[in-house]
Amino acid sequence: MAILRTTNVTKKFGKFTALDGVNLEVNSGEIYGFIGPNGAGKSTTIRILLGIIKATSGEANVFGKDVWSDAVEIHKRLAYVPGDVNLWPNLTGGEVIDLLVKLRGRGNKRRREELIEKFDFDPSKKCRTYSKGNRQKVALVAAFSTEADLYILDEPTSGLDPLMEKVFQDCVLDAKNEGKSVLLSSHILSEVERLCDKVGIIRQGKMIETGTLQELRHLTRTNLVVETKHPIAKLSEVKGVYGVEVKNQEISFQVDTEELNQLIQYISQFGIVKLESAPPTLEDLFMRHYRTSTKESDLGAGGAR
Amino acid sequence: MASQLLESTWNLVRFTVRRDRIRIPIWVVSISFITILIAGTFTNMYKSEQERQAIAETMRNPAMTAMVGPGYGLDNYTEGAMMSHQMLLFTAIVVAIMSILLVTRHTRAVEEDGQSELIQSLPVGRLSSLTATVIVTVLANMLLAITTGIGLYLLGIESMDLQGSLLYGSALGATGLFFIAITALFAQLSENSRGTIGLSFAVLIVAYLIRAIGDVSNPSVSWLSPLGWILGTEVYVNNYWWPIILTILLSTFITIIALYLHAKRDLGSGLLPTKPGRKHASMFLCTPFGLSVRLQRTGMIAWAIGMLLLGVSYGSVLGDLEEFFAQIEMLEDLLSPVSGYSLTEQFLTLLMVVISMICTIPALMMILKLKGEEKKNRTEHLVARAVSRTRIIGSYITISVIGGFLMLFLSVFGLWAAGSQVMEETISFTIMFQAAMVYLPAMWIMVSLAVLFIGIYPKLSGLCYLYLGYSFFVVYLGSLLQFPDWMGKLSPFGHVPQVPVEEVNYVKLTILTIVALTVTVVGVIGYNKRDLEG
Repeated sequence: MAILRTTNVTKKFGKFTALDGVNLEVNSGEIYGFIGPNGAGKSTTIRILLGIIKATSGEANVFGKDVWSDAVEIHKRLAYVPGDVNLWPNLTGGEVIDLLVKLRGRGNKRRREELIEKFDFDPSKKCRTYSKGNRQKVALVAAFSTEADLYILDEPTSGLDPLMEKVFQDCVLDAKNEGKSVLLSSHILSEVERLCDKVGIIRQGKMIETGTLQELRHLTRTNLVVETKHPIAKLSEVKGVYGVEVKNQEISFQVDTEELNQLIQYISQFGIVKLESAPPTLEDLFMRHYRTSTKESDLGAGGAR
Repeated sequence: MASQLLESTWNLVRFTVRRDRIRIPIWVVSISFITILIAGTFTNMYKSEQERQAIAETMRNPAMTAMVGPGYGLDNYTEGAMMSHQMLLFTAIVVAIMSILLVTRHTRAVEEDGQSELIQSLPVGRLSSLTATVIVTVLANMLLAITTGIGLYLLGIESMDLQGSLLYGSALGATGLFFIAITALFAQLSENSRGTIGLSFAVLIVAYLIRAIGDVSNPSVSWLSPLGWILGTEVYVNNYWWPIILTILLSTFITIIALYLHAKRDLGSGLLPTKPGRKHASMFLCTPFGLSVRLQRTGMIAWAIGMLLLGVSYGSVLGDLEEFFAQIEMLEDLLSPVSGYSLTEQFLTLLMVVISMICTIPALMMILKLKGEEKKNRTEHLVARAVSRTRIIGSYITISVIGGFLMLFLSVFGLWAAGSQVMEETISFTIMFQAAMVYLPAMWIMVSLAVLFIGIYPKLSGLCYLYLGYSFFVVYLGSLLQFPDWMGKLSPFGHVPQVPVEEVNYVKLTILTIVALTVTVVGVIGYNKRDLEG
């Protein structure tokens, strides 16, 4: 059952088209990863879903209700964490958390204290003294201490340290285990891979790829740089190998992660001198999509690290 | 050792001047220019000794003394005496504010933003940046003292001689010096720039209050306040220089303490402990209305005090009004006598226009706060939760309407309270209340206009102030400058019946109210339909 669905949502700011026919669908109990570079339209989409701005055309529904006209009803069952959290400088973190929780409905006091503890957050300070990460914690604690059916998270971890990112991921997984749905916008691919059941990629206001991670497996190729004693025969004919490039003694290429085992067995016959592997960055992914019309082989190994 | 502490001070002085190359000249030029301008106007406004003496009589009351200080030259109220009596204290307060803001900007503010760390990592002495700040701000105040002093002298007014004028300038400069020292001290004590500004302002306010109490009840109490010292110079009357010297000595002493504390403490730390804030929000805060009240609390209290004082100050002159009008020709153009009403009652109608327009400023600020919140991306937090837009803007409309009423009420109360002390034939509170409250519908129209802008085109909402400015110009000065009637009718304030001279016209008031309501509804609908910015 679709909790959230947009059909051909288009948003124009004057002559500029920010969103061009965006289709999204998040089902019940699903974590949906919404990825794309800065300025691709992630936040614009989310602001439309929240009824902060109005779509120029197209339809957007949450819980089967229109996001613009039924905003208040929808928001009673929805929690939101903005990417850039702007708070009132003269209120304390604790006050803002209570305020944000209360404005949505009822909150869970025990859960609030638990989360403050987990996020290692001091709620007694004025918001003007908080760093970006701490401001994000305010929004995260407020969001996860309410019982929502849908969580919309817009780059919620951009200011958090790795430890806190882990706490955040636990929160998301807890929500999933309770059967809640999550729309997670991010450009940290590892986070999306770890958490999400389904991924949608947006670029320049258009959805360029959607599907389950399984379906998008081809996106997660591993970059390899190999040096062998003997030249590797027919490397580009091996299953799952793309973008072969030869530089001096080194060969760099990408391989589908599921074919990795067979590939290693194959190339080990040629006497491996050096082997470096790196997961593809989101950048690689976009580069690939950007150039799908041109030859696959144009892609380099994305700089082996 | 000394060179270690003060290394690179000169470079930092130049850097500070570079940062404030526009800010300091604006402060200095505008303060001295306005001072000189007002001194010039005094001579034009009161042409004869009689007129000046008439004004002096209106000043002989405790409310006036509390506000502007004791009039040293009331028996021979020359332009100079008038200047030092009516202007010196307020100008000194402005100079104090300038010094507080400038010093905070270069001390605690840069420390808070982390720029100090950058500077301090260079071969720069521990005391260099604070010393540089003090040097630059002291120079700014000296410049202010000299330009004001010489400028006043150059006006060539007989009662404003060179010595007096220089003393006037020095009194302003000395006030600045004192508050440079105070702010430099608090920049060491408080951990953030708001605290520094807040504590320094607190000293300023306490200094003002001690002086006010002392001047009214016991003059020796006034000497506990630095502002009392400044007024103790009795500029243009007795020209005492020693309070200035005393102020400079005390300021130097406080500055040395500040430097000592600065050398001892860690960068970024404050010597006063910051107390932890509330961990939980009160029930009241957890509503859009409670939030908007909380956000504007300080501003509202400040305005409320200001409006009460405004009322008191107008009220304190009501007693001598009749006599005063008889002697000054210019004001007769302002008020053409209406039979059956005293001049005071007529003056009251004029006062009410002014007061109601001033009260409209905070009302507009309260509603326009919503636009500021939106711009800072904080309205988003409310809209993204189960709060309708109508409820959000409704909270701000409510606060603006209640706030506007409170301001009007407080100023009328102040007017009545002070007036009934000084008048022989008092005007009843009911009449005054009525005379003020008839302006509520006009105020509502201004608020509704702000709602309309916020709802339809928030970028233009500043126009509300422009319209208010226009209203002030045509309605207040219109009769004096003989503007045609229709210009006044373009402002809602021009349609309000001038109670008590005119009858309360309920039809007109109802129409004004309906207009305000309609415009508000259109604005609210617009707010529900548009994209939020930010």
